[in-house]
Amino acid sequence: MSQGIGLVGLYVRDQDEALKFYVEKLGFRVHTDVKNGDYRWLTVQHPEQPSFQLGLYKPGPPVLDAATAQTLREVVAKGAMPPLVLVVDDCRVAYEQMRARGVEFTQEPVDRYGNVDANFRDPSGNGWKMMEERGAR
Amino acid sequence: MRRLLRAKDRMDAASHEEWPVERLARVSRVSEAHFARSFRDAFGLPPHRYLLTRRIERAKSLLRDTDLSITEIAFRTGWKSLGTFGRTFRDVIGESPGELRAREQSVPQALDQVPGCYSSAAHRPDLNIAVSEKRRQEAGGIKRTTRKTEVP
Repeated sequence: MSQGIGLVGLYVRDQDEALKFYVEKLGFRVHTDVKNGDYRWLTVQHPEQPSFQLGLYKPGPPVLDAATAQTLREVVAKGAMPPLVLVVDDCRVAYEQMRARGVEFTQEPVDRYGNVDANFRDPSGNGWKMMEERGAR
Repeated sequence: MRRLLRAKDRMDAASHEEWPVERLARVSRVSEAHFARSFRDAFGLPPHRYLLTRRIERAKSLLRDTDLSITEIAFRTGWKSLGTFGRTFRDVIGESPGELRAREQSVPQALDQVPGCYSSAAHRPDLNIAVSEKRRQEAGGIKRTTRKTEVP
């Protein structure tokens, strides 16, 4: 596929912490990690989705002023950022594996309308729904 | 802030349980006084009222999507008495649980493309004032009481 969404970014409180989480606990791969002074462009990818990058950005200068960055850090820590969905083949298996690696789940796997879903948060507070779509398999 | 979210997540996961401030403060590892104030600052409403919105949200979804009796729903969503549930529900939503069920079940839903908990969140009451205050306002603002208690 040559057209479509290539990258969506998340705000995180600490890029090293986020990198460890997405790579070591969720099994993502680093796509780009480039520093330029205080600025760091960091993106990761799901191993089965090479056309999509997830950006992990720290709100702050030089892109944002200090007050805006502070507001954004609070918004993330409050869990007020929009929903994120991770699709998996087997939600219960993925839940056990991720929990063993220390992922903070906020909802255990639940059957809902034929799908199974669980919720977890990244260390910054971004909320993910992990979903096994039975109908789509 | 991240610690406050942890307490909010725990209420979300088990809104039928009792969540006194002591318990929430323990989850967040902060003092009770600090917890109550900072939760309100962060999320715009006090913790007990937030819990109430989640209970009402859950009750609405059970009324809509299941055939459980209203008594069963009241107990599953954390109320100790059916009377309190019915009264609070009506005060917040503006109709009784039975009326809501009859109305919702007569209209087909197009929300099946939305993950369950997000479509459910869309039906969470926006409770920006205390229930007791809402009752007073609806009574015409004639009664001026100093009652500070809220439900639940």
